[in-house]
Amino acid sequence: MGKKKTPAINSSSTADIAFLLLCYFLMTTTMGSQTGLSRRLPPMPTEDQKLENQKVNKRNILIVKINSHDRLFAGGEPMEITFLKDKVKEFLTNPTNDPNLPEREMKEIEGFGQYPVSKGVISLQNDRGTSYQAYIAVQNELVKAINELRDDFSYNNFGKKFMALDEDQQNIVKDAIPQQISEAEPMEVKRR
Amino acid sequence: MSKFNKGGKKEMPGITSSSLSDIVFMLLFFFMVTTQMRETENKVMVKIPEASESVKLERKDLNSYINIGTPILSLQGQYGTEPRIQLNDSFKTTTDIRDFIAAERDSKSEADRQFMTVSIRADQDVRMGIVSDVKQELRRCSALKIMYSTRKPAE
Repeated sequence: MGKKKTPAINSSSTADIAFLLLCYFLMTTTMGSQTGLSRRLPPMPTEDQKLENQKVNKRNILIVKINSHDRLFAGGEPMEITFLKDKVKEFLTNPTNDPNLPEREMKEIEGFGQYPVSKGVISLQNDRGTSYQAYIAVQNELVKAINELRDDFSYNNFGKKFMALDEDQQNIVKDAIPQQISEAEPMEVKRR
Repeated sequence: MSKFNKGGKKEMPGITSSSLSDIVFMLLFFFMVTTQMRETENKVMVKIPEASESVKLERKDLNSYINIGTPILSLQGQYGTEPRIQLNDSFKTTTDIRDFIAAERDSKSEADRQFMTVSIRADQDVRMGIVSDVKQELRRCSALKIMYSTRKPAE
């Protein structure tokens, strides 16, 4: 008796099996890239730091408050959220050298030269009852204002948008227009 | 002249489908590699707020998540509908954040520790009180790099 040939395994169904697996992974996969707004919290203040905080000149602070009914106050007056961006832009650029708006200090920026950097700080205060959505909406407007200022600066000096610049140039722009948003302590909110 | 159409109708040769499975396997491997299963089960309902200026996170592996929201329906009988904090797989309070951050720090390599980001995934209807508490606790643990999880609005 000679060797019997083993019959070939029918492989036409492997494609079906693979398709099935493929569909499973297609369904469960989340290409999800995490997106969000990055922030740096201030370190927990020590005693001597508190004194330093009070020294900040009044004209250099823009207080943005959101109360428990999600009403927005910027610089002491009620405001619609759509106007906040322009207010912040005006505050940070101070185009008319208004004595009530923040001063600008000549600073040496490495690789760029002298540039009057605004000393303005935006202080964001909220109530415990503020909804997270309103808070994020305000944060978003603040970031948008700063992003637009950075875009303007990049366009005037490098002829490109901020995102299209290389890393060194981006750092220059970041130095020229810092993102100065301070998130207030909840203690201050309670006092209000 | 009938050199070329000798045998009348010729049968079309069948397309070999043996390479089909190879192609599908290739696709399969691609998705297997890129997919990542969710490590933790969500116990709170989180609907992330929209923000048009959201930026992408660079290093996903350096991220720790703090979920804040109301418990999911099946757990509401047990835990109520008040917003809760979820760390890893269970409900925690703000006092547990310190241990959580310490554990997360230990799990990262020494060089990467300073880049560790805490992602706050809070529901859009949550009140700021609980978020403020979390932020204060994070400051106390000096985990200062945070990120508010947001999503880009659909255009």
